[in-house]
Amino acid sequence: MKKVFELFYTFFKIGLFTFGGGYAMLPIIEREVVDKHKWSSKEEVLDIFSMSQCTPGVIAVNAATFIGNKIGGIIGALFATLGVVTPSIIIITIIAAFFSNFAENEYVIHAFGGVRIVVAALILKTCINMFKSAIRSSLQLGVAIASFLTVTFLGASPIIVVIVSGLFGLFFLKLPKDKEADEIV
Amino acid sequence: MKLSSLFRICFEFFKTGLFSVGGGLATLPFLVKISDRYPEWFSHADLANMVAVAESTPGPIGINMSTYAGYFSHGVIGGILTTLSLVFPSFLVVLLVSKIWEKYKKNEKVQKTFSSIRAAAIGLLLSACFSVFVAATFPGTVGVSAISLERFKVTYFMLFIVFFILMNNKKLKKVHPIAYIFIGAVVGIVFSL
Repeated sequence: MKKVFELFYTFFKIGLFTFGGGYAMLPIIEREVVDKHKWSSKEEVLDIFSMSQCTPGVIAVNAATFIGNKIGGIIGALFATLGVVTPSIIIITIIAAFFSNFAENEYVIHAFGGVRIVVAALILKTCINMFKSAIRSSLQLGVAIASFLTVTFLGASPIIVVIVSGLFGLFFLKLPKDKEADEIV
Repeated sequence: MKLSSLFRICFEFFKTGLFSVGGGLATLPFLVKISDRYPEWFSHADLANMVAVAESTPGPIGINMSTYAGYFSHGVIGGILTTLSLVFPSFLVVLLVSKIWEKYKKNEKVQKTFSSIRAAAIGLLLSACFSVFVAATFPGTVGVSAISLERFKVTYFMLFIVFFILMNNKKLKKVHPIAYIFIGAVVGIVFSL
């Protein structure tokens, strides 16, 4: 039982102190899980991370579920997962409540007008970074372009796009010869 | 707030959790689609605001986004339930996959499928980026299909270019997104955007 609360507390801290999720969380998870609690080895954590990227959902949450399951079975997985999401739920609810009170405020409206421009640029930069690390072949490039076009201009559902491109990859994609398998976006 | 609406948003977030692959903003294209289907819940501009808050607060971005979107449209309970709905499918999938991971990770078919899905995820994110870009530089536009040139604001576009160039400057690459978001807020107030 103690272990379960320790898992919750550890992942609560991880959720509370990392900004940005995903990659930003890797060093903190490593410090807590490998160095402090010795729950697993460094190699294993990297492995868990590549698994978290190959399964649907939020990477940091998947990593929490995976590590929790390893340490304490399903109950461990449950508590680790709840631990990593609880700080977000609390903090975002407070902030969202705060902003909804000021939604009509002129300064808040203008501030968000500027913020949206920054956000558009930030997302474009993220796209470019992902592109550089994930696109290795012209077929992959084709999949990326086709999914952009169908979703943006034909209103296709992203769910259908994910299913179709997964099937396409399964039947038509050729894996590059290098050890690309572990380098995952 | 109707219970059926709460149930519907939970189902939408469950689907998002099941099909979004990759980190950080992978959930965004799904949320854009939800906004197209249910404009009464949140707009593209609201989503752009949520991205800014999600990036500037601790915790996984996808989780922050879903709590915010759920709260925004359905209150406190909405925020909690959408987040749990988003997490639930991956919770099950991870439990399953962790049993077969050793075989699964070296399987060529799995690798092929996921390299294709990752490529698609980039296209999806670019599409979401386009929606946010439209919301940012064509203020007041609802949806990509409703673009009209009259709404296009050259100053907004120029600011977008300036921010994009700054972010890609080698010396400024380490600057945290929060700093840009803060500057964006100041610029927004100064220029009355």
